Amino acid sequence: MSILVYTENWDGKFKKQSYELLSYANEIAKMTSSELVAVSIGKVSDEELKSLGKYGAAKIYNVNDDKFNTMSSQAYTKAISEIAEKEGAKTIVFANTYTGRSVAPRLAIRLKAGLVPGCVALPTSTSPVIVKKKAYSGKAFADVKVNADIAILTLNQNSYTINEDAKDAEIVAFNPSVSDTDFKVKTLDVMKASDRLDVGDAEILVAGGRGMKSAEKFKILDEMAEAIGPHCTVACSRPVSDLDWRPHYEHVGQTGKVVAPNLYFAFGISGAIQHLAGVNSSKVIVAINTDKDAPIFEAADYGIIGDAFEVAPKLIEAIKELN
Amino acid sequence: MKILVCISHVPDTTAKISFTNDNKTYNKDNVQFIISPYEELALTRALELKEAKGEGTITVINVGGAETEPTLRKALAMGADDAIRVNAEATDAYFVATQIAEVAKANSYDIILTGKESIDYNGGQVGEMIAEILDIPSITSVSAIDVDGNKGILEREIDGGYEKMECEFPFVGSGQKGIAPEPRIPAMRGIMMARKKPLAVVEPTNSDNLTEVEVHTLPEPKGACKIIDADNAKELIRLLHEEAKAL
Repeated sequence: MSILVYTENWDGKFKKQSYELLSYANEIAKMTSSELVAVSIGKVSDEELKSLGKYGAAKIYNVNDDKFNTMSSQAYTKAISEIAEKEGAKTIVFANTYTGRSVAPRLAIRLKAGLVPGCVALPTSTSPVIVKKKAYSGKAFADVKVNADIAILTLNQNSYTINEDAKDAEIVAFNPSVSDTDFKVKTLDVMKASDRLDVGDAEILVAGGRGMKSAEKFKILDEMAEAIGPHCTVACSRPVSDLDWRPHYEHVGQTGKVVAPNLYFAFGISGAIQHLAGVNSSKVIVAINTDKDAPIFEAADYGIIGDAFEVAPKLIEAIKELN
Repeated sequence: MKILVCISHVPDTTAKISFTNDNKTYNKDNVQFIISPYEELALTRALELKEAKGEGTITVINVGGAETEPTLRKALAMGADDAIRVNAEATDAYFVATQIAEVAKANSYDIILTGKESIDYNGGQVGEMIAEILDIPSITSVSAIDVDGNKGILEREIDGGYEKMECEFPFVGSGQKGIAPEPRIPAMRGIMMARKKPLAVVEPTNSDNLTEVEVHTLPEPKGACKIIDADNAKELIRLLHEEAKAL
């Protein structure tokens, strides 16, 4: 029996979240005395693939046909389903990313598997599988039981710690049976802004709300994020992206991105329920607000009642001294 | 051009979250229900596409009991032409997707739209599942969509930018923020007309529930917030570094 894990790559490299996912799947493999098998799709060097062994993968299926450079959910589903059947996989794990969200539901239909999307912890039972997921946009959790032979789980980012468990992984080149009709979606253009850190990947977020007053004044937070380091980026609340002070991809909250960084700074954010729903899984929340009754202070671990434009420069200075 | 928009009936975004039935079931008492926000945006865009093309029909579908009909009527008031309610409780994505796919098989829609996820279960599974059952392509987290002849031109957000794609009909797209700038607000005329528009009730087909919620829990309440004096803002950085070990 084996546990299958889809390890996504970004331009041929794995990210921290790939290792987080492997560590999670490896623990399930231990709980069920199964072998951990990874699937990689796209061009990745053997050396990079071998790095998956460090986190418990015993075998790695490597699908690197050029056709797969376009992320077609139909083709990816067929490829992973073929490997799952070959391996007799009973549990299949994805990251809750664009690819995971595109492929896992299709795979669930193909294998008639029970899918639990957005898991935040290890299963509390493996037979049947019972696992905790986020629900009501972060305002609650649901323990979900799978009533099928195969379980598919997608794991939310920043929900599990990376643990090493070195294995000498065997790499298996694999050519799935897909045809041209599985690639009906054609990519016309890719517009990549920069090598900017995505709000979902950042360990520390410096976020601003309407209290930042203007696009120009908001820039003090860019300065702070830069002072903290490359693992930190800027985020914003909904009114700020609606006013076009900041781009939409920085919007965190119930209707934007749901994030769970280690540290979340909220400058001039009052803390509407929809905003809190998107950030309340952050490990440490810091609120800076002039209104001492703002709901953000109820969600925060640390707070300063004061003006963002007076506080931020002092914090930047202290961070520079610290680094 | 025939577009099917899948609608979920969810608690208002500001609704209090509590549970009954040993924490298995959401407590609906005094809660206002709405069209899930991403689906409201997807429907808005579907209406715009029809208006731009000058022809087409927009059908909305929901799997739910009779109590979900006001939500479908609201979709009709926004401008959808007709509605279908599959008369069953929406318990599990596999079950819901099978029901909608069954309706879709009989109606050959060009485009099927969903939201990227409902704001209650946050599953984001139904659209892709319908596509797999129908063996057609699916595009997840669509932030823009246009129609050119029998093709859709779509955009989705990727890390740091956008990817632009095209796909021939039929396909499934799940809409996210950006697909339409603001949800359409029904006008009085639309609300009057919605009462007369067709709302068909169909009985469910045989299917399975492959998952079930055992219990809900609420997040642990936070401890008290430690307030640091604004004049001593640097102290915050020391605490984050030494006490919280977060910096």
